[in-house]
Amino acid sequence: MELSNRSKPMSEQFEPEIVAFVCTYCTYAGADLAGTSRLKYAPNVRIIRLPCTGRISPMFILKALQKGADGVLISGCHPGDCHFTHGNYHARRRWMVFRALLNFIGIPPERIKYSWISAAEGLKFADLINSITEDIRKLGPFEQYDRLIGETQAQASL
Amino acid sequence: MSKIGVFICHCGENIAAKVDCTRVAEALGEHPGVGASVEYKYFCSDPGQESVKRAIRENNLTGVVVAACSPRMHEATFRKACAEAGLNPYMCEIANIREQCSWVHTDGDQATDKAIDIIRSMVEKVKRNNMLQPIEVPVTRRALVIGGGIAGIQAALDIANAGQEVVLVERESSLGGHMAQLSETFPTLDCSQCIMTPRMVEASQHPKIRLLTYAEVEHVDGYIGNFKVKVRMKARYVNKDTCTGCGECITKCPQKKIASEFDCSIGKRTAIYTPFAQAVPNKPVIDKDNCTYFKNGKCKICVKSCPLDCIDFEMQDEFIDLEIGAIVVATGFQVQNNALYGEYGYGKYADVINGLQFERLASASGPTSGKILRPSDGKEPENIVFIQCAGSRDPSKGVKYCSKICCMYTAKHAMLYAHKVHGGKSNIFYMDIRAAGKGYDEFTRRAIEEDEAGYVRGRVSKVWLENGKLMVRGVDTLLGRPVEVAADMVVLATAMVPQPDAKEFAKVVGIGYDEYGFFNEAHLKLRPVESSTAGIYLAGACQSPKDIPDSVAQASASASKVLALFSKEKLEREPVIAVNNEATCAGCWGCVLACPYNAIEKKDILDRSGKVVKRVASVNPGLCQGCGTCVTFCRSNSIDLAGFTEKQIFAEVMGL
Repeated sequence: MELSNRSKPMSEQFEPEIVAFVCTYCTYAGADLAGTSRLKYAPNVRIIRLPCTGRISPMFILKALQKGADGVLISGCHPGDCHFTHGNYHARRRWMVFRALLNFIGIPPERIKYSWISAAEGLKFADLINSITEDIRKLGPFEQYDRLIGETQAQASL
Repeated sequence: MSKIGVFICHCGENIAAKVDCTRVAEALGEHPGVGASVEYKYFCSDPGQESVKRAIRENNLTGVVVAACSPRMHEATFRKACAEAGLNPYMCEIANIREQCSWVHTDGDQATDKAIDIIRSMVEKVKRNNMLQPIEVPVTRRALVIGGGIAGIQAALDIANAGQEVVLVERESSLGGHMAQLSETFPTLDCSQCIMTPRMVEASQHPKIRLLTYAEVEHVDGYIGNFKVKVRMKARYVNKDTCTGCGECITKCPQKKIASEFDCSIGKRTAIYTPFAQAVPNKPVIDKDNCTYFKNGKCKICVKSCPLDCIDFEMQDEFIDLEIGAIVVATGFQVQNNALYGEYGYGKYADVINGLQFERLASASGPTSGKILRPSDGKEPENIVFIQCAGSRDPSKGVKYCSKICCMYTAKHAMLYAHKVHGGKSNIFYMDIRAAGKGYDEFTRRAIEEDEAGYVRGRVSKVWLENGKLMVRGVDTLLGRPVEVAADMVVLATAMVPQPDAKEFAKVVGIGYDEYGFFNEAHLKLRPVESSTAGIYLAGACQSPKDIPDSVAQASASASKVLALFSKEKLEREPVIAVNNEATCAGCWGCVLACPYNAIEKKDILDRSGKVVKRVASVNPGLCQGCGTCVTFCRSNSIDLAGFTEKQIFAEVMGL
């Protein structure tokens, strides 16, 4: 996501950068299905494949935002459908706790989306990518971390 | 220092039409740590794979990223190619720029940018990949076949005849499934029971097959080669070991008017019953819901009539635990509920029946002993209308798919009717005649030409009763005019649908299913008999609508997969498992709580004198399935998931 390397989009509208952490058995397969069905969706999301949503650490989300992402998507199997029986329940509980901390660490909770997409829901995947892109576009760029880094650096230079 | 090779596949036009592969190759060529960045039309082809191997050898590559289709398609292909070139296969990763890039975006520049991001991120991951070794796990050489219809019986017999043990579980009290209900079979018109019942007997008497009828799979644990299965043996209320199947109790039972499931409600049965006369095992069970004793606490006529004291009203469900190496799921299908089509009058008029009910009428073992008689008054119908696609290919009310067998069985029904009721007139309303199969088209032609089945191309809009006749109004689209037929009986070619509890069952076994509830194969074309879960295979109509030859073929294919698995004592598994650093593990047991597979044990670390100095978590590589839930749980960052380590994932994020 090095913006300088990027070809300029036709319009001047803000193109958000979104990182998606997905499980390989459901949502990744759903994304593949969207592809094999030739559905079209916004090109703003970069997928990182993990075995299970249970593997997704809150640190990944923070890292993505630190790297410059404007939004993060987490998606896995529907409750009850986890390939690993209950990894997604762990992920859900972890997300509930993490969400309560988001304001404290200066991240608006609406920048992080949590969803369930099964391997059969290619259409849902495409729709979700379009809607999350629109939502994050409305929120504008996520600059709090840049500002924070700037402030700490300014302090250090004193 | 890493030297990663990046191979950008055009996939013919599939990728290259949207993604500017040359720009991608140039961008990646400049990325630090990339030793080679090349593009080619088809890397999965033989020359493509050869070029990857050559590049590995010539450039001494330390890792490979193939930017192509989904890893679900060709990860295994390229890992194998890497291994052949002397590179550890787990140093190869796939960047998915087809399904998740070129196919889904319209703007070429944006797709190219995204492809570069995806590949760059994967390069950063591969730099941190470790040279993993596959894990060996022992294989229990005993197969479980779930479902005792033709598919399940075929799979069980094939596996057993190859000398391996099989447990065959059937939820009804007899083997047979739907095929036992059929009268004659297309395209040969040979009697279904004559082919089926000898196979049922063979399965029940085979020394390598343990038959569990009136039993249901309750729970499945474990993994390929090492499943632990709990089976519920439903209470039969009849001791199956002492019962000889003499049938005294059945003749004496006072409840004689229960709708027979086997006869699709056209025939009646008693409360203590065998589903049909040729049942295997031919030993009755008591239907608790309809038994007078269970309802009123009085009766026990069967107890008095039994010469061997086999009946026991106190019997409870029992559970059996099995150690299983491979599972074949052959749970079959159901016919759709015709009540969805109120305009056809199913359920309202007794003489509007479905195809399976017609099978029972035409079957020599059926309630009419094979005479085609109207359920309402027992008279021979002089005119029958068959309505095809009553549910299939109807996205508005029925199902979207074609049930595949209805064109053939409707032609068969028309033939059976012509053979049994001389001078009878049949009309078949159809959308298309789909008779693809060996001898199938000839068969439908025979129905039309020799047995004078009147095929009318068009849909039926309404069926109603008028002066004792079922009036069928439809349209003949070839002549372009409405048609009305006065019929004595209407037969609906009902859609084949999954078992009503298919989705719940899929969750118990741990396999995927589609929007309808048919079980998903691992790959529609290349792995059509494997489920998405290793060690679980599919056979028959539980995967998609199928006729008998297709079900048998898939069952034999599943059996061959099971036998291939059983041909080795040990099985190689993907080494994506959790690994614990015992030096930093604090023994908080968070991972133990998180693990869905009980794969993490507590281990004592002893000093030289044998004194426990520390207790740490230890991962059992045979049980660990590699979900990584424990990794995220670990407070001391001690446990990590091979193949998806913290380092790798952070690098992927940073590489974007």
